[in-house]
Amino acid sequence: MNQSWAKSLINGLLIGGAVVALFPLLWMLSVSFMQPGEASALPPPLLPVHATLSNYRELFVHAGMGRYLINSLAVSSVITALSLAFNLMAGYAFAKLRFAGRERLFQALIGALVIPAQVAMLPLFLLLKYIGLVNSYAGVIVPAMASVFGIFLVRQYARGIPDELIEAARIDGAGEWRIFGQIVLPLLKPIMVTLAIFSFLAAWNDFMWPLIVLTGQEHYTLPIGLASLAREHAQDSELMMAGSVITVLPVLLLFLAMQRYYLEGLLLGSVKG
Amino acid sequence: MKHGGWLRRSLDLCSMRRGPWLARIVLCVALVSSCGRAPGTSHELTFWTIGREGEAVVKLLPDFERAHPDIHVNVQQLPMSAAHQKLLTAFAGGSTPDMAQVGNTWLPEMVALDAMEPLQARVDRSAMIKPSDYFASIWATNVVDGTLYGVPWYVDTRLLFYRKDLLKAAGFDAPPRDWAQWRRMLAALSDPQRHTYGVLLPTNEYEQLMSLAVQEPDPLLRDGNRYGNFESAGFRRALAFYVDTFRQHQAPAITNVEAGNPWSEFGRGVYAFYLSGPWNIGEFRKRLPADQQDDWSTAPLPGPNDAGIGAAGGSSLVIFRTSQHKDAAWQLIEFLSQPQVQQRFYDLLGDMPPRRSSWEGGALHDDPKALAFRDQLERARPTPAVPEWERIANEMQLIAAQAVAGELTIDQAVAEMNRRTDRILEKRRWMLDHAHPDAGASR
Amino acid sequence: MNPQRTAWLFLTPALLVLGVFFLLPVIAALALSLTDYDLYALASIHNLRFVALQNYWALLQRPLFWSALGHTVYFVAVGVPLSMGTSLGAALLLNSPLARCKPFFRTALFAPVVTTVVAVAVIWRYLFNTKYGMANFVLGHFGIHSIDWLGDPHWAMPTIILFAVWKNFGYNMIIFLAGLQAIPADLYEAARIDGASAWRQFRHITLPMLGPTMLMVSILTVSGYFQLFAEPYVMTEGGPLQSTTSVLYLMYDEGFKWWNLGSASAVAFLLFLIMFAVTAVMLKLARRGSEA
Repeated sequence: MNQSWAKSLINGLLIGGAVVALFPLLWMLSVSFMQPGEASALPPPLLPVHATLSNYRELFVHAGMGRYLINSLAVSSVITALSLAFNLMAGYAFAKLRFAGRERLFQALIGALVIPAQVAMLPLFLLLKYIGLVNSYAGVIVPAMASVFGIFLVRQYARGIPDELIEAARIDGAGEWRIFGQIVLPLLKPIMVTLAIFSFLAAWNDFMWPLIVLTGQEHYTLPIGLASLAREHAQDSELMMAGSVITVLPVLLLFLAMQRYYLEGLLLGSVKG
Repeated sequence: MKHGGWLRRSLDLCSMRRGPWLARIVLCVALVSSCGRAPGTSHELTFWTIGREGEAVVKLLPDFERAHPDIHVNVQQLPMSAAHQKLLTAFAGGSTPDMAQVGNTWLPEMVALDAMEPLQARVDRSAMIKPSDYFASIWATNVVDGTLYGVPWYVDTRLLFYRKDLLKAAGFDAPPRDWAQWRRMLAALSDPQRHTYGVLLPTNEYEQLMSLAVQEPDPLLRDGNRYGNFESAGFRRALAFYVDTFRQHQAPAITNVEAGNPWSEFGRGVYAFYLSGPWNIGEFRKRLPADQQDDWSTAPLPGPNDAGIGAAGGSSLVIFRTSQHKDAAWQLIEFLSQPQVQQRFYDLLGDMPPRRSSWEGGALHDDPKALAFRDQLERARPTPAVPEWERIANEMQLIAAQAVAGELTIDQAVAEMNRRTDRILEKRRWMLDHAHPDAGASR
Repeated sequence: MNPQRTAWLFLTPALLVLGVFFLLPVIAALALSLTDYDLYALASIHNLRFVALQNYWALLQRPLFWSALGHTVYFVAVGVPLSMGTSLGAALLLNSPLARCKPFFRTALFAPVVTTVVAVAVIWRYLFNTKYGMANFVLGHFGIHSIDWLGDPHWAMPTIILFAVWKNFGYNMIIFLAGLQAIPADLYEAARIDGASAWRQFRHITLPMLGPTMLMVSILTVSGYFQLFAEPYVMTEGGPLQSTTSVLYLMYDEGFKWWNLGSASAVAFLLFLIMFAVTAVMLKLARRGSEA
């Protein structure tokens, strides 16, 4: 096959793919600046005639989007911090500490991955009802404070830490917490960043569980608030696009800034354990 | 109050739990930080509304809060399509508000859960709320097993919006009185080739079919609401009329999601009839151009043989049993029940007041487009007062939509409706047969 | 400090969370599925009855369960191959020595993965609007009559599949890309010397070398796709004519709309069993394939 022909075919396909992947996102951004009703026209307009921020104003002033944004930020940050702490500790223990039944326990955890989270949701709701956590931030946070995937990820990475390093510290008389804090954690920094991004994105994008456990709109996260708005304001496409921008933009920016860590973690997590 | 208890519980949890110190600290931080809000003032009244009522009611509240400076009302809007579910979730999760707007067909359900505060004693003492002033059938939907649980807020009976000019052009001088007349008009006004239809009946809304079904004398459930009665001759007639409207291309088989903007399409003459509720008077006034305002009007539903009956719908104001601010909530209910406030509410939203004296003044009194509602309200009929009704109505509509799509015959559809209804009511039958003294639902 | 004790100290927080908020509920779900826990039981526990396997039996007789399962299987059976095919295609393009600006294209193609399902589902709802949607407008240029994407029961699921492919293909693309980069270049070198065509190289080097990755990716994707929920929730509310009601949607409706927690738990368990069986069969077939 002709080399230059193949070259333009491959790059042409890539451009086409990129357009398909990005167009909906760019269109969302553009429509979010249109006047109410402007997008419902033929041919569908690509750019706003007179760009306006009124959709965003409407969302923040009347639809409570600011509250949802703060809720999302708070809930996702707390989940990220807590699950990071718990998963790091457990992952490190599975990789480097010796205890009876370590492999069996780990296998059992991995085995639990086949159970879809939704199976647990109904009793979990009742459980949280009796503890009094339904319709609270804690109702979203507490079940997400540890994850098998996170533990797995940390274990995979921590296995690369040389045992001699830890042994040497023990011989020097360092306590286990000091070893963890001063020797292990610095070495785990890359996986910490990766895991933090993963947890944050997952918490931010989570839909089904917050939808179930958050009943009052003062606790809504962005996806729940947006889905609720979408049912009320189905005709107002410009408003809904502005809402989508607010929901998507933070995670998209986070991803763009931390891309390398995210993609590395994705590969590490997909290596067979 | 709620939040205060919360905080205490979280702290208890922290001090009780034995475990690694780090875990304990982190857990405490998580729990305490989740108690975002400080305990509110003594009368922070949480009021859940559904859909657009919430937007309108906040405009009425400044007057109320001026008269009651110690009460602050916190209005929350539940989306229409998720409201029923949200109310139940709130009950299940023990996070009900102080008061709420509740669809009156949902009341039996909330009562079965023992979530509602009985209101008869407060009504008896009230100088403002006079039951005899309310439309009887609407008031009756708020009485479950002889106990009053809600005060009607606005009424909703579905009737016909129609294009006078289109009917006239087709040779009809008056809106239909019975189904046979209506059918003739639908046939004359439908032209699938040009994408015009007699009427819009969204296939995912049960209210339209229900409005037809209550016209018939047969009750929808039988034997003390223990079994479905959809195989009755009356319901068959109603369903057949409904399905035929689609089969004869007099209504498009679409859902309200696809119907998009029904108002402008009604204005463009895509539909000559629109079977809907009172809030649409306001919508049509707002959305149709001024020169079209004389072209449309409203009419009571046609019945099988004579002028029809409507389903008594609408919303009531209720107080939750767990509320700490019942007196404040009652004050708000009384405020919202004042005729002049109800008239303003009508002006804002087009929601029709449930009491006759509210109709005597203001814009309602001589609004020709509201007259048909006033007329039909005197003849409205409530739907069965069982907690399972909302689900039964949903199932009924799902099956009806299948019949519309040609997947089921009328006979198959009504048999299926009975089958599903009987299954849904199985627990109710058991409850009735084994009434437990402690059970919340003792009916 | 006793090393055993240290280890358990490190493990306790995570295990506690997983045990109390996952394992315990899963076991409770099994128990719940054997009762008729519903609104009445929520009001008073006296109204709870033990019904043994009746929930399962009733479900197996409900047409809605079977149609929900059918829709889910449709979504998985069409969506997974399509999604993986797209991922592999994109990975091959990105891996080609002829491609330019690779980092940009990689980021662009991956961007949909990190977006929020709800938000992008809202976008798609407008792009695929019958009247004003871009999709029909573009098709109109090719003389194709406008399609009622989300309103026609035959089109709603394909539209959701299209959406899912768009949203998810980037994830597997990255994994495939890593797999492709791990294939030793001299294999291709040798094949070229033997005069093998690009297709034959793909067929006899690339695919076999990617085999283990493909298996793992397909199992993960299948179990992910079985959990279809947010897309129909936002785009179609399960309609039209319940044509996009998935098993999880049914569970959500049954459990959190109508509060039949017993029967909803039975739905969840049946879904779990089906997913388990499907992935087990896939593993078995793959093992047999690799032995042969």
